[in-house]
Order: sequence, then structure tokens, then C-alpha cells
Amino acid sequence: MSAAPLRVCVSCDASALALGAERTAQALAAEAQRRGIAIELVRTGSRGMLWLEPLVEVEAGIGDSRLGIRTAYGPVRAADVPSLFDAGVFTSPVAGEGAAHALRLGAVEELDWFKRQQRLCFARVGVTDPLSVADYVAHGGFRGLRKALDMAPAAIVQTVIDSGLRGRGGAAFPTGIKWKTVLEAARSSQSPISNPESRPSKYIVCNADEGDSGTFSDRMLMEGDPLCLVEGMAIAGLAVGATQGYIYLRSEYPHARRALDAAIAAAYAAGWLGADIGGSGKRFELEVRLGAGAYICGEETALLDSLEGKRGQVRFKPPLPALKGLFGRPTVVNNVISLASVPLILERGAAFYRDYGTGRSRGTLPIQLAGNLKRTGLVELAFGVTLRELLYDYGGGSLSGRPLRAVQVGGPLGAYLPASQFDTVLDYEAFAAIGAMLGHGGVVAFDDTVDMAEQARYAMEFCAAESCGKCTPCRIGSTRGVEVLERIRAGIEREKNFALLEDLCETMRFGSLCALGGLTPDPVRSALAHFPEDFGGRA
Amino acid sequence: MKPLPARSGAAPSPALPADQAQAVQRAIAEHAARPGALLPLLHAVQDALGHVPPAALPVIAQALNLTRAEVHGVVSFYHHFRSTPPGRHVLRLCRAEACQARGARALEAHARRTLGIDFHQTTADGALTLEPVYCLGNCGCGPSLLLDADELHANVTADAFDALVGRLREEAGA
Ligand SMILES: Cc1cc2nc3c(=O)[nH]c(=O)nc-3n(C[C@H](O)[C@H](O)[C@H](O)COP(=O)(O)O)c2cc1C
Ligand code: SF4
Ligand code: FES
Repeated sequence: MSAAPLRVCVSCDASALALGAERTAQALAAEAQRRGIAIELVRTGSRGMLWLEPLVEVEAGIGDSRLGIRTAYGPVRAADVPSLFDAGVFTSPVAGEGAAHALRLGAVEELDWFKRQQRLCFARVGVTDPLSVADYVAHGGFRGLRKALDMAPAAIVQTVIDSGLRGRGGAAFPTGIKWKTVLEAARSSQSPISNPESRPSKYIVCNADEGDSGTFSDRMLMEGDPLCLVEGMAIAGLAVGATQGYIYLRSEYPHARRALDAAIAAAYAAGWLGADIGGSGKRFELEVRLGAGAYICGEETALLDSLEGKRGQVRFKPPLPALKGLFGRPTVVNNVISLASVPLILERGAAFYRDYGTGRSRGTLPIQLAGNLKRTGLVELAFGVTLRELLYDYGGGSLSGRPLRAVQVGGPLGAYLPASQFDTVLDYEAFAAIGAMLGHGGVVAFDDTVDMAEQARYAMEFCAAESCGKCTPCRIGSTRGVEVLERIRAGIEREKNFALLEDLCETMRFGSLCALGGLTPDPVRSALAHFPEDFGGRA
Repeated sequence: MKPLPARSGAAPSPALPADQAQAVQRAIAEHAARPGALLPLLHAVQDALGHVPPAALPVIAQALNLTRAEVHGVVSFYHHFRSTPPGRHVLRLCRAEACQARGARALEAHARRTLGIDFHQTTADGALTLEPVYCLGNCGCGPSLLLDADELHANVTADAFDALVGRLREEAGA
């Protein structure tokens, strides 16, 4: 046994805390003290296996190495803690085996659920102390930024283009191409005349609004490895010539906010942010801004208006934010996962990343399994896995034990998929081909107690509640949609109301400025098409 | 977009009580010079006072060189900002799909029934305010509930909800 106290890892991820991780951590500390046993309690992100939270990982160090082998136990409730001590988990663990206990799981990396994943973006989440720059660097952090500091901006951009990375926020636009537009917007915007308020001439904005139900990968990354996002944004700054970054974070994420603020402060203190990043003489400043509970502020132009201190209303395009974005300056707007994928791409090269995936969907996608599943959580996999594998092999089927009936992928604007479409492959084009969307990778499963007419009504209700109000089809159409669906459910003038609903969907689809109004018909129509029996049968 | 409140933005506002005025001034001093200052400023006011008093709007408007209507337009746009004080505790219940799939609709009905209030309302004893929220990023273990600033609850059953409410009321009584 090494002389250093054992490292004991417990998650500080918001979901883990909601499942009792704080009580478990406190019980561990108290029991260790009571027994006079020294342990080093480390708070990490979550490994993403929510049914095993609170997960406790005990590191039996080899010599005085800080990177010993971990043995996991879970789910460990506070009441289970004394029995772990009794079993010798903290006093006589065998490296790689831990100590025998009913809750012993073995090494997380060896668990079937975990082993088959390709954790690129989430490699450090659940492993490192999210707020420790030293831990981050010890696990490969800042290598991508180091490389980028020695590269010409155009070369960084080319690497990201070559990696095949597409935006993970929903629209799947190639990230490198967006960056190229911002890089090349240089000359026109840097004259002092067009920059009278001496504001930065370009911006990097991270979209951390993560409003889609069923999604939490941004949150888990920000809480579990916030420095990875910091690094990705700094690289983006170098690539396009931006010196100021903002993370627009939804106000519903207080834990992520604390993690980001602390990580940013640590990065400044260690010289990875500020006027001289990594001793290069190059500048990048970063701060967090909070949203205020408006789903539409996830749409990039509404987000920019919100950052400017206005109502979050969608802007007409053109101009593209890449050319005229925040405060009228060329701006990169990227999702958290897009940006957090960049450090590894720089470190390992474009080909390394591109080699994962299928078709035009390259790399990996952090998939969020949510709703009525036994094993919910975060799975990172190369594109190409089928929905069925996710639902049954990873998700373990329904939590309720009843048959799975419908799955909504890609958030509230995504189509509902029936069991006959569960063999669809996770790939942007394959989903588009069946009128669905991958979006941000959220998978929400429903069992056979779901009322799909109620889900259709909710889709309209959500659109009505969250519409920015700019276009009539979205603002008024969605409210009408709720009424029409309520009449259909009540069996009132059904034929007439089905026709009305179809008209409304068409008008919303073609008369809306953005995808909130434009795509709300998708969950409605798919529910009707695949589950007509829930609408009283459609003649 | 929130439905516009009945109260017109142009109505004369009562004067701001001294302690509130002080909090507003502090928020202005800290945030007014930042680019895009309005949201950070409103957050600071609401964090300090629990709401954004309508009487604060002209003060904020003046500090940022905006019209009062502009500030009102922003406050009313965002669901997070409230213009009246909440109860001692705020319960935010998730209404979104992933939580629906795990029983959130039944929980919502239970919450309304047992508290005897609807969303956006406060119990008669001033103890609890019920607010809807659309996803808390806890979609793998819903139904989800956020208590006050940052106490997240997972797998909230009707019993767990009652126990939580009981605890909050007891703490208030003690
Ligand atoms: C209604 C609506 C909501 C959106 N919400 C989000 C969001 O929460 N997070 C996000 O990253 N992108 C969201 N988007 C997509 C953004 O507009 C934009 O495409 C994205 O931030 C670009 O980053 P990416 O290329 O890295 O994906 C939303 C789009 C729409 C139309
Ligand atoms: S479709 Fe709806 S949310 Fe989008 S711009 Fe129009 S009114 Fe706003
Ligand atoms: S849907 Fe309720 S927490 Fe995400």
C-alpha cells in the first residue's frame, strides 16, 4: 500500500448530486474521520451511468503514482458507507480489484456499457478533478492549444475542416467552414473606423443554452471537464483572430455555472487565458453570461440579441453571424460539444477524428439516453450505431418494464419514431431521410402508456410558450394548433379539425423564420402518421 | 415569449424602497459598464431581491441610456424574471418530454392539487411558489424539480414531493 492517502472519487455532477452524491461524499468524509483513516476525496464529473450514481471510485495507487487503478462501487447511498469501510475498501484494496463488497462493480473501463464506447470528447469526464489545471494537463489537456499556438490561423481552420466535424448544436453545419468565413471576414472589419467603440473586432460565442428536453451532454461536459471547453474556445479564437469569448449559459444550470466560473478563474491564474496564453503573447479573454429561461435563445441569432442585452428575437439572415454577429462583428457561434471536440482534433490530427463515424457524419456523438429507460445517461459513440442498440443494449429497455412505443430524438422539434424505425442508424443523413433529426443527440423513450395525441398537443403548447413572437404562423399558429388538437382529442368535428391541423402545419412549416415554428409540425405530424389510433383513428 | 402583463409599461411606478434602491444601485455599479449589460444587471437585481421591482425599471433604463419601454420589453420577454416577490421557496417543476416519459404529468397534477395553486402562483401562507420549467438537464432521472437556486431533485415521486414540501414548511415553522 502506498503512503499517500487513497484517492476516492465521487461525482459533483448535477444529476449525481440529485441522486444523492453529496450525502454519500459527506458520509465518506465523516466515516473516514471517525475511523481515523486518511482518504483524499476528489469530486469529479460523472461517468454518465446514472443508474449507478452515486458512484464511488477508489484508486489503489501504484507506488505514489496519482494515476492508479480505480475500482468502482455503486450505487452507494450514504447508508452503505460504513459497510464499505468494514469490507476494507479504503484500507486493504488490491490494485485493480479493490475489496469484495456487494456493490463492487470493478473498473469502470471494463464494464460492458462503458467498454464499447468511444470516449473522445468525454475522455476526462468522471476521471479528473474538473477544476484542477494540473489534473487537466496530466490527462492531455492543453496539448491541442499548444499545437495551435504554433500554427497559422488558416492551418488550424483547415485541420478542423479536414476532421469532418459538424456542429453538434442541431444544424450539423461543418464547423471548419464556419470558422473559415469568420477568419476571412478579417480585413473588412478591422479598420479603426468600423470599430469606433474599440470593442474586440471578432468574437467566439459558445452556445450553452441546451434547451432541448432529453439533452444534457453540454451540462455534463461543462461540469465534468470545463477546461476542455475553455481550450476549444481559445483554439477557435486563434483560428479566426478573435480575442474575446462568451459562454451563453442557460440560467437553469447553476452547477455548470459554478464549474465554469471556477475553471475560467483557474485557467486565468495558470496563464491559459488572458493577455499571454501559454506564454505565447497571444490574447484570449473569456466570460460566462447567463440566459434567462427562453428556449428561443438557443437559436444563434436570438442568442446574440440576448447577449447584447435585448429581447431574444430571431434575426433575419443574411447577414450571417459569421460576418455580422455579436455587436455587428464577425462571430463564431458554436455548441459546447463542437468546441470541446476541437482540442483533441488539434492534438491528434484531423484524420484521427475523421476515422470515426459513417458517411458524412464523422467522429463521435455524445448521446444522451433519457426518459423511460432502465439505464439512462451519457454514451459517446462513433456515428453509425442503431437506435435499437441504444435503446436496448445500452438503455436496457424500458424502466417500467412495458414495451417501448415511441422515441423522440433531437429535442422538442424532433419527430416521434415508432418501433418500426428503431433500426435507423445514427447519422445526420439517415435521420433526415425518414423526416427526423439527430439534433443534439438526445434520445427520449416512451413506453406504451404514452398518449401520442397528448404529445402532439404538448409540441404545439411548447411552441406557443416559447415563440419569440416575430412571425405570425409560429406565434398564432401554435396556439391554434393546441385548440385544434384539443378538439380532435375531444372528438369534435374531427374531419374538419384534421384538415385544419394539416393547414396549420403547412403554414407553420413554410411561413416561419426559424426552426421553432418551422419544425414544430414534425413531432405533430409524425405522431399522427405513426400513431393514428391515439387520435381516435383517422379516416 | 411571455404573454404581456396587464400592467402597462408606461404606468407611473411607486418609488423604490430604500433597501431595494440600494441593491439596484449596487447592480448598476457592478454591471452597467459591461457590453450587453442589461441581462447581467437584471440577474443581479433579481438575485438580490427575488424579483425585479417595476419601480426599478426607470432607474435601470436611465443608467443604461435605454428607454423604460425597452427595459420593460426585456424583463417581460424572459420567463426567468419576475416582477413580484416569490414565496419563501420556489419549486420549479420540469414539464418537458423526458420527464413526461417518467411520470411528470402525474406529478404536476399532484403538485397543483396538494398545494392548491397553479403555476406562477404562491401558496396562501407565502411558503411556496410553483413555476414550470422546460428541462433541467436531468432528463435521465426525472421527474425533475429544482428547489430555489440550485437544489436539484431526481426521480421525484408524489411521496417525495410531499416529503419535500413538508420539510420546507417545517423549517419555516421552526
Ligand atoms: C429554436 C432553436 C433552438 C436552438 N437551441 C440550441 C441550443 O440550445 N444549443 C445549441 O447549441 N444550438 C441550438 N440551436 C442551433 C443554433 O441556432 C446554432 O445552429 C448552433 O448554435 C451552431 O453551433 P454548432 O454549429 O456548433 O452546432 C437552436 C436552433 C433553433 C432554431
Ligand atoms: S418561427 Fe417562431 S421563434 Fe422562430 S422567429 Fe418566428 S416567431 Fe420567432
Ligand atoms: S426533461 Fe425534465 S430535466 Fe430534462
